[in-house]
Amino acid sequence: MAIFSVYVVNKAGGLIYQLDSYAPRAEAEKTFSYPLDLLLKLHDERVLVAFGQRDGIRVGHAVLAINGMDVNGKYTADGKEVLEYLGNSANYPVSIRFGRPRLTSNEKLMLASMFHSLFAIGSQLSPEQGSSGIEMLETDTFKLHCFQTLTGIKFVVLADPRQAGIDSLLRKIYEIYSDFALKNPFYSLEMPIRFIAGALCLHTNPLLQET
Amino acid sequence: MSRQASRGTESKKMSSELFTLTYGALVTQLCKDYENDEDVNKQLDKMGYNIGVRLIEDFLARSNVGRCHDFRETADVIAKVAFKMYLGITPSITNWSPAGDEFSLILENNPLVDFVELPDNHSSLIYSNLLCGVLRGALEMVQMAVEARFVQDTLKGDGVTEIRMRFIRRIEDNLPAGEE
Repeated sequence: MAIFSVYVVNKAGGLIYQLDSYAPRAEAEKTFSYPLDLLLKLHDERVLVAFGQRDGIRVGHAVLAINGMDVNGKYTADGKEVLEYLGNSANYPVSIRFGRPRLTSNEKLMLASMFHSLFAIGSQLSPEQGSSGIEMLETDTFKLHCFQTLTGIKFVVLADPRQAGIDSLLRKIYEIYSDFALKNPFYSLEMPIRFIAGALCLHTNPLLQET
Repeated sequence: MSRQASRGTESKKMSSELFTLTYGALVTQLCKDYENDEDVNKQLDKMGYNIGVRLIEDFLARSNVGRCHDFRETADVIAKVAFKMYLGITPSITNWSPAGDEFSLILENNPLVDFVELPDNHSSLIYSNLLCGVLRGALEMVQMAVEARFVQDTLKGDGVTEIRMRFIRRIEDNLPAGEE
């Protein structure tokens, strides 16, 4: 899939809609025996690999599941601390799944507000009067495209760097927003869009396939 | 495949009679609910405002017009693009005030009032007041505070329907980035 995510940010900078459509992430599950040859550390409520990269398990990957059960932050599904559990030789052999940690919804909210501020800074830094905000942000793995409507709503799409036609996709998403969110009498403006996840998904997926 | 995907968001045509009759039923019900014409006018304006704040996004999404930088441009876009898109008519713009902050929209035929007659006991009812609310709400979302009111109405015996629009001020708070 060439489009990775869609974000819709309201006038105040709050995230009101988010859709991810990543390809399956690189995950690796392995069985280990005591002692663990990876160095794990606790960071931001998650257990990450600090050193000891091998076989598809990279530095920065988080512990996603132990023995098939998903971990909850730094605690296992049973409520024990992951680092303690893995320090105890009695629990081995153990099968651990590592993978790139997903962004939680709180993190997405924070990143959206940060982007909203950076967008405003972008237009203020401009030497020309009346410049737009950030329209595109490019990295080696993705390109972020942003479209701000005249009413202040921002539509942000993260896509493959080689993907073309994102501008028309952004306008199409604007049309879908006006059709499904605004014409819903129970939707209050500027609030998170919950109901149309299904509709937007159905509509954007064919669009994403097209582009 | 692509045609199917775009069909869902193309503007759908609808019967104008259905629209007119639905609006008529709405106003009739409001008159029954509120008894007094002033309240009905206020309610129509409020409903129009709520419609306008949402309609503006639909309009901007479909019409691709850029930001208007003065009131004359705004008047042109309202008359030639917006009214055409939503009501199928093109009102004319006249009677500009010397300061350029007031103008009149003259509607030769107002689609909302086909088949409508105002009875004598509702002489102060502004039947199409919803339109004033819509204009006010829509422009408020693009940072313009305006006042819209009817000065002539075919239902009351005048030859044409005239809406007078006055620019009050530009709304400076909550400007989208880059618009200062």
